[in-house]
Amino acid sequence: MSQVFHRSTNTIARLSIYGALFLIAGGVYVLYVFAGSPYVTDANEAKDQPVPFSHRHHAAELGIDCRYCHTSVESSSDAGMPATRTCMTCHSQIWVGSPMLEPVRSSYREDKSLQWSRVNAVPDFVYFNHSIHIAKGVGCTTCHGPMGEMPLTWRANSLLMGWCLDCHRSPEDYVRPRDQVFNVNYQPPSNQHDMGRILVRDYKIKSLTNCTTCHR
Amino acid sequence: MASAQNPPVIGPGHTYASVTDKISSIVLTRKTPRGWIFGFAIAFSLFMLFNYAVTYLLVRGVGIWGINIPVGWGFAIVNFVWWIGIGHAGTLISAILLLLKQTWRTSINRFAEAMTIFAVACAGMFPLLHMGRPWLFYWLLPYPNTMYLWPQFRSPLVWDVFAVSTYATVSLLFWFVGLIPDLATLRDRAVNRPAKVIYGFLAMGWRGSAVHWSRFETASLLLAGLATPLVVSVHTVVSFDFAAAIVPGWHTTIFPPYFVAGAIYSGFAMVLTLAIPMRKFYGLDDFITMRHLDNMAKVMLATGLIVAYGYVMEAFGSFYSGNIFEKYMTLNRWKGPYAFFYWLLITCNIVIPQSLWFTRVRKNVGALFTLSLVVNVGMWLERFIIVVTSLHRDFLPSSWRIYIPTRWDWATYVGTIGLFLTLFFLFIRFLPAISIFEMRTLVPMSQEEGKST
Repeated sequence: MSQVFHRSTNTIARLSIYGALFLIAGGVYVLYVFAGSPYVTDANEAKDQPVPFSHRHHAAELGIDCRYCHTSVESSSDAGMPATRTCMTCHSQIWVGSPMLEPVRSSYREDKSLQWSRVNAVPDFVYFNHSIHIAKGVGCTTCHGPMGEMPLTWRANSLLMGWCLDCHRSPEDYVRPRDQVFNVNYQPPSNQHDMGRILVRDYKIKSLTNCTTCHR
Repeated sequence: MASAQNPPVIGPGHTYASVTDKISSIVLTRKTPRGWIFGFAIAFSLFMLFNYAVTYLLVRGVGIWGINIPVGWGFAIVNFVWWIGIGHAGTLISAILLLLKQTWRTSINRFAEAMTIFAVACAGMFPLLHMGRPWLFYWLLPYPNTMYLWPQFRSPLVWDVFAVSTYATVSLLFWFVGLIPDLATLRDRAVNRPAKVIYGFLAMGWRGSAVHWSRFETASLLLAGLATPLVVSVHTVVSFDFAAAIVPGWHTTIFPPYFVAGAIYSGFAMVLTLAIPMRKFYGLDDFITMRHLDNMAKVMLATGLIVAYGYVMEAFGSFYSGNIFEKYMTLNRWKGPYAFFYWLLITCNIVIPQSLWFTRVRKNVGALFTLSLVVNVGMWLERFIIVVTSLHRDFLPSSWRIYIPTRWDWATYVGTIGLFLTLFFLFIRFLPAISIFEMRTLVPMSQEEGKST
């Protein structure tokens, strides 16, 4: 009786038994890395905007406070986008002829809002409130990244749930004194963990990891 | 061995060659019988109905089913528990009876194990579809994820995931390992090249050497040892889905043993439902003898009595508890809107099966077949009563609601029967439905009988 298979299939069979394990484990790992990569989450990618607004110039170089434009950040769930009128407080006086700013002027003339592309957004099934984070000592740049270094605006973090939970599980590694919340050049001190623990106690921060904290 | 009290487990006068021939010819040489094609056509059209129902479900969502608060579980869980329960007989036959060295299991273990796997496959459909977004099923598993979350390990539903997936894996492995020597037989006897290659691939290089057999024996025993606790644990965990909740009628400690007994009860009924037509159409009366049918009927009678005890204690417990919700639940079962189904369940599961006390009934193949169908229906009704009567009237009368399954509920349920039968028809056509090498071990017994007659 002739053999159905060649001898070499023995090796292939043995390899496939061991190989399958590594292939499955490796596949899960690759998918995991892929799911968190900027390719999927759009992090670190500057979006096209009607006007190439630079946070580096306005917030860091000129030192305009975040709240000058994002007025409701301390009192509302939404940080608030500035009205064109806010832009025009300065730009009716300076750079009045700049072609780059034409969309701003026409928006003001025609009383039509500028259509910014949203950079940071959480899904509808997530309840997020800016004011409570500000009140508890979470700085703007903790989530939004180094805004003082962004000539164009990109999302600095993935906004994946795991990223939220990093801080919700151990806030002491991220909080800063309340007077530093709007400092765009803030660098965490070397004793962040110890200082954080004191702040967590003083600000009565609870690590909120109940599902219904965000999914209401 | 074969005495008057112990009728034979194999017909007289068989040789090694005749056993091998008879079983392998079903797969390899005999013409596919008309009956097979006819049966397969029916099963396959039911399976297509399942696909149709599932497609519509995925388009429209679970709203097409009759479920709504307070009855959020409905048919999906009824059918899940029913199918999972059916699988248990296969594991009991292949694992526990192997360890107990019961030779009569030899001719029924192969297709009973196949039944287990197909039943688990059908069972698995329901929780997945009931999730609404089945493509996210992997959220049930603890895997590295971007949400940095584990499943809720305190929930019995998560235990269920582990219980059922372990069950499916071990059953499949046990079944496949047991098939290897027979696949090699088919490889050696196959006439055409594709059959040789396919069976050869599946036989994994089996040559039947002494070393192979010794390893095979060890592996079988180890797998049997692994599968044995599963006979008890899987349905215990399934019962926790109910028992860990505080819903009246569910929150009882009697659930685990009562569920396990019910599972084996329904499983043996299903083995009979499948074995009786199969032995008739393929002339396997010599291998699946009256002794087998008699033994299975006795197992059914025993487990049926345990289940009956469960029903009685359930009712007793609810009055003994003094809890008004528990008491009302029982009265509602007896006299409420689903009372007809409750009494039908009692009739199917307790009253009619008492006829198994009589040898005449156990020796009557037609009666056994009918009885097995009655018990299958009864066990399905049991799960329906448990799920629906407890949920539809719970603590708050303002939220009471009647549950009526829709045509899509029925289509999905009947569809899984189609899936099950489709797989089973394919199994008896392409794999040896009775273990050839294990039947060969019974040949000396058959020879002895031949001499004495």
